[in-house]
Amino acid sequence: MSAPLAHLEILPRSVHFLLALGLLALLAFPWTGQDFYTQMVTRMMILAIFAMSLDLLQGITGLVSLGHAAYFGLAGYVLAFMSPADAAASWLITLPVAILASALVALVIGFFVVRTQGIYFIMVTMAFAQMLYYLFFDNKGLGGSDGLYINVRPSALGLDLENKLVLYYFTLVSLVLVYVFLRRLLWSPFGRTLNGIRLNEHRTQALGYASFSYKLTAFTLAGALAGLAGYLWGVQTGYVNPELMGFHMSAHAIMMVILGGMGNVAGALIGAFGFELFLHFFKDLPTVGGFDLGKHWQLWMGSLIVLVVIVAPQGLMGLLRPRSQDD
Amino acid sequence: MTKPTAHDSSARPLLQADKLSKRFGGLLAVNDVSLSLFKDQLHAVIGPNGAGKTTLTHLLSGDIAASSGRLQLKGQDVTGWPHHRLSLHGLGRSYQKTNVFLPLSVWDNLMLAAQAQGAYAPFNPLSWFGRADHNPSVVARADRALQLAGLSAVRNKTAAILSHGIQRQLEIAMVLATEPQVLLLDEPLAGMGAAEAETMVGLLQTLKKDHAMLLVEHDMDAVFALADILTVMVNGTVIASGTPQAIREDAKVQAAYLGEASA
Repeated sequence: MSAPLAHLEILPRSVHFLLALGLLALLAFPWTGQDFYTQMVTRMMILAIFAMSLDLLQGITGLVSLGHAAYFGLAGYVLAFMSPADAAASWLITLPVAILASALVALVIGFFVVRTQGIYFIMVTMAFAQMLYYLFFDNKGLGGSDGLYINVRPSALGLDLENKLVLYYFTLVSLVLVYVFLRRLLWSPFGRTLNGIRLNEHRTQALGYASFSYKLTAFTLAGALAGLAGYLWGVQTGYVNPELMGFHMSAHAIMMVILGGMGNVAGALIGAFGFELFLHFFKDLPTVGGFDLGKHWQLWMGSLIVLVVIVAPQGLMGLLRPRSQDD
Repeated sequence: MTKPTAHDSSARPLLQADKLSKRFGGLLAVNDVSLSLFKDQLHAVIGPNGAGKTTLTHLLSGDIAASSGRLQLKGQDVTGWPHHRLSLHGLGRSYQKTNVFLPLSVWDNLMLAAQAQGAYAPFNPLSWFGRADHNPSVVARADRALQLAGLSAVRNKTAAILSHGIQRQLEIAMVLATEPQVLLLDEPLAGMGAAEAETMVGLLQTLKKDHAMLLVEHDMDAVFALADILTVMVNGTVIASGTPQAIREDAKVQAAYLGEASA
């Protein structure tokens, strides 16, 4: 009964090894000179930041948000609004503003949704995200259903994000910083308390923790980090549209976290890369006997997630975990 | 051991309830209950099932809000304070149904409890950095609770695999790790075997010396061995309150409660 919940946050040595290898691979990757794949990896890293931000809620605090894309998309829009039509904005200004905007909206929405539990939390986070989605979708002034273009990518301190290679390493540094931040947070007094809230919220309150404030802080922080990812997404694609806040985006992040294994940040990271790799693989499937396998990638992806949940409830990460002595 | 038969009226109670009531729809679960808890004194509340003892504990700990009445903690009016705030101000409680972090080790349970006191606010970035287990005062509090409750031997065991009796001890150790001055214990002996119960009574005996304690308990042997003051509740109402000796001899109590129980 306790096993699936216990010690999600402890990483076996094999995972540390895998992550170190992964980091080396990411550092070296652009030197392969494959521009298409370098961009694909940039996109994976951005989604990994997004998935890790969700894991703070889903895996660490036990709050499954089905509206996390709202804070992702919002930051992209903030960048679009702040970007002049024919000149580069400074990322030194637009990045903090975009993150703050996402954090602020997460704080306000969190104030309402964090009071609810379980299925109600899932529903209200989704409802708020849909409200934001339609706010942007229906307002021509906010870009409407067509979205907005970021004509010139931001630049500052000699780092011009218009340069694909600069953007790649900028994203990689962000990824590493977010990972280190969340891993440290996991073992901090705040992180231990979030863990306690996931396991037994009532008891944490009895011990003297104002669990509402803890959950609201986690929700706001997760929103801010999702904003960082959304900003980078806007920079990379040079384009934002309401779909970035949409249901699919939120659901994909949940699947990434589940695929990798939740509650330890590393799982979300691995899950995001895994998800994107599988996505790429499924979309490239050939047409067999008049049936386009690749077009129906969602069918294969869905089956894969179901399989992972059944075979490896702790995700791909769980497969690397030695069985604990208590089991 | 000397038991005070009547309390020095000049001493200030650590916890004082004035006419607390709780109404659940048409049911008056707790009706105008007043009681005071003093340092170094164990105040036991007994009564048949459904008498409102657990509800009373919930009212005192802030788990649920009273419909009417007042609550004072260390002379401060704390009526309507939420649970966690009372806990930070020195009021600790254990639960009738074991309520620990089952997937965590005994030590991690105690660390989480000990860390609540003096913690940075969650929105203070200082609480996001630094390892929780590197705070010497937190470690000291957790260690003290571990020793007091006699759990050193199971320090690194997962709570879920412990026996019921040890889980009950952990339940109390967690309260101790928050260093409360007032202890509310709801049936700490529930479901325990004779040997386990004996250990627990010994622990409660020790704790009595430093705390103002409220004990809700069905085990009459334990109650009469520990209590300095007894309050008897029936149907949400206090029918008698006094020294164990006085309660034993109270005709109303004998009729309503002890008669059935000892028959």
